Amino acid sequence: MIDPVLDRLRKTPEWLVLVVLGLVSLAAPFIMPGLVTQLAFLWLMVVFAQTWDVLGGQLGYNSFGNVIFFGIGCYATAVMQRDSGLPYFDALTLGLLLSALLALVAALVFGAALLGIRGHYFAIATLGLGIAAGELAAGWDYIGAGSGMSLPLFPGELGSRELFFYFVMLAIAAVCFLTLRWLYGTRFGLAMNAIRDDEDKAEAMGLHTTAIKTVAWAISAVFLGLAGGVAGNMLGFIDPRDVAFSGATFGVWMVLMAILGGKGTLWGPVIGAIVFHITKELFWTYLLGWQRVALGVLIVLIVLFFPQGIMGWLADRRRARAGGAA
Amino acid sequence: MTLLLDVRDVTKRYGGVVANDAVSLQVREGEIAGLIGPNGSGKTTLFGAITGAYPVDGGDVIFNGASISHLRVGPIVRQGLARTYQQTRIYGEMTCMENMQISSRASQGNVMSLLRLKARGAQTRAEDLLSFVGLHEKRFEYGGRLSFGQQKLLEFAMALMSEPKLLLLDEPTAGINPTLINGLIDRLQRANKELGVTLLVIEHNMRVIMNLAEHITCLAHGRVLASGTPDEVRNDPRVLDAYLGAQ
Amino acid sequence: MVDNFLLLVQNPNFALDVVLNGLLAGAIFALAAYGMSLVWGVLNIVNIVQGELVVLGGYIAYAALSHGVPAYAALPVSALAMFAIGWGLYYTVIFRVVDKDLFISILATFGLSIVIQQLTNTIFGSDVRSFDTGLGSFYMLDGAVTVAWIKVIAFVLAMVSGGVLWLFLRHARLGQAIRATAQNPRAAHILGINTDRVYAMTYGLNGALCGAAGSLAVMAWTIHPYIGLPYTVRSFMIVVVAGLGNVGGVVVAGLSLGALENVAGFVLGAEYQIAFVFTLMVLILVWRNWRAARRRTYLS
Repeated sequence: MIDPVLDRLRKTPEWLVLVVLGLVSLAAPFIMPGLVTQLAFLWLMVVFAQTWDVLGGQLGYNSFGNVIFFGIGCYATAVMQRDSGLPYFDALTLGLLLSALLALVAALVFGAALLGIRGHYFAIATLGLGIAAGELAAGWDYIGAGSGMSLPLFPGELGSRELFFYFVMLAIAAVCFLTLRWLYGTRFGLAMNAIRDDEDKAEAMGLHTTAIKTVAWAISAVFLGLAGGVAGNMLGFIDPRDVAFSGATFGVWMVLMAILGGKGTLWGPVIGAIVFHITKELFWTYLLGWQRVALGVLIVLIVLFFPQGIMGWLADRRRARAGGAA
Repeated sequence: MTLLLDVRDVTKRYGGVVANDAVSLQVREGEIAGLIGPNGSGKTTLFGAITGAYPVDGGDVIFNGASISHLRVGPIVRQGLARTYQQTRIYGEMTCMENMQISSRASQGNVMSLLRLKARGAQTRAEDLLSFVGLHEKRFEYGGRLSFGQQKLLEFAMALMSEPKLLLLDEPTAGINPTLINGLIDRLQRANKELGVTLLVIEHNMRVIMNLAEHITCLAHGRVLASGTPDEVRNDPRVLDAYLGAQ
Repeated sequence: MVDNFLLLVQNPNFALDVVLNGLLAGAIFALAAYGMSLVWGVLNIVNIVQGELVVLGGYIAYAALSHGVPAYAALPVSALAMFAIGWGLYYTVIFRVVDKDLFISILATFGLSIVIQQLTNTIFGSDVRSFDTGLGSFYMLDGAVTVAWIKVIAFVLAMVSGGVLWLFLRHARLGQAIRATAQNPRAAHILGINTDRVYAMTYGLNGALCGAAGSLAVMAWTIHPYIGLPYTVRSFMIVVVAGLGNVGGVVVAGLSLGALENVAGFVLGAEYQIAFVFTLMVLILVWRNWRAARRRTYLS
């Protein structure tokens, strides 16, 4: 029953899908005015999954610490808004620029230090990096230490704040998607896949592997930094361990959503993020206190029984049908 | 003819084992040179030392007139010294065409140059080279799904795609269907003549190497045992001893 | 920060107190790390749930102690219970990831760690727990150095537990089967060793080690549900520094880490101790990678 629908979708030109999705996204907050914040978080999830997949799926470097760029973004914008003394929107704009810049610099520095480390060592090094950042932020008085930072009040009228940040987050997700779509189509995309498949061979074929890895990480860091700056304002409050450098929520969700949708594909992380976020919003409230247990169980189940993700499953299914027909 | 590769007294030790003991060999521009020797005589180790996979403990490697023994793998291959592996290495989750495209000389450029769209010229060249090794109808197949022999051919085509001056081939006929070996010899010779690639070939199949190479070096126990034309090497009693002794 | 450092330098007796207490804590780190290296070596899995197993072992000991089990029995009770839990975890989850990509096993054990962390939080509450054995302390150097007796006992018991397992692996038949499987699982399988059972036993024994470590931690120090990941990272760091299969190295690295961490906690402030642990791990990996890269560069 599902196959005809999938075939129809497969035959639809991508631009049409993008236009329809774009129109739906623009109309969504007016169709569902009660859900604007949840929808804005949906785009945040899409950014999370997509940016994780740049390294995790396309390059084969599984990072558990990407949340660090998000956290840097949260704080950079918040500090700019607190200390610059500029009007709200000027401070926000400058803050987001600072967020992107600091995340970029951080990716270049951490990339130089960590991207030579391979396999599970890289995964665990980045895990350590994310948690260390949260602990350090929780002790640093300048950014509010353990008690976090509150963000300035939005100057507009009631309800306009949610709408404003919805569109900003949508713009970040859309630009991120289009950037990655373009990136994966260039030779840079092929170079990333080559490194994923056999890094030593890629080096022996003359690819500038270190530069490629670092630039890839920097690209995802910029979008995470921007998303962090906006997310802090959406939430109105930044906690070092539970918001900015939240390895146990955002940090894990990124990985989970990308795997759920299908690692190493353009659409997989987007689909994974949408499925995960909707499922979470529908069922989370019924789990009263057991949410995190459920999250752990979900990780184990997906990793054990569905590691190829939705996109991988669809590809397998198509291959099986083609084989059956022939 | 000018010297393209000049290996001078290269020594490589692994702990107490001397894998290469003051090995010297020369490859002239435009020729096909052969490297033979019993198993464990240090042929692949020498390839690694030349291409910068690990540090050498002594001696020097001169490529195209400049020392490269202090360089790492990346800079060396970008100077035009490429290699293939005995256990073939290709990108398994990418199609043959993608394998070829990312192996082009232009892919060795900086990151900015990679961000430009895929060049049309590289596309045609990739298809031509795939036809050259007989893999054209497999061009949209994933590298990892090819047979071992096909992967070997793909790796050879990828190496040619990078337009090397000198290509080191580690046992190109191993694992290839015997009926296809003559075709492969022909391709190696055409790559040499038509594409102007100098070759240094490790080979176990004596018939192949004697027909292919103009100049052969024989290693045994990490040392150069003999070197000269195929006839000289074939008739050298020490070479016979080394092979019979090893068997 | 600088003041604290000067305080240590100017009062050697006090510095000794900090270092000694750190060394005693290090024995528990070493014990957990020994278990991790066992699982890593035999199953080829980096067991991210390691720290949660330690914490769970601690809670089991705590529950037993609060229900009147005498202190000397806490360790065996916890070790036995954790052996069973480890065995059970193997046959529910771990056996599915043994042959898989390392990332799969890391992610699966990471998922397990979240489950156990949240379960302990739900069942035992998020308070910091410690069981007072009432053994008191002894003093050295005119009272400048205070050491709780229970910490010394925990140190000794940690060493003994590790030693017993080491002897078991050397001499018992099952121990030899485990070592054979670690070296070459396929050959071991052909020789008639039931590798699946060996893996289960290994994971169970690791559970027992974590149980022992946890029971000692709750009596000599403190535990709470969120302290698991630091134990995992400590174990990982110790194994990386010592190298797989190097028991002596694990002990030395474990004790050094304990001392180093305690000094850092004092100098930087206790709130930075966890940050220190994680940063140190990242630095160790970066340093090792840098050294490995240098070995590939040559002559120049």
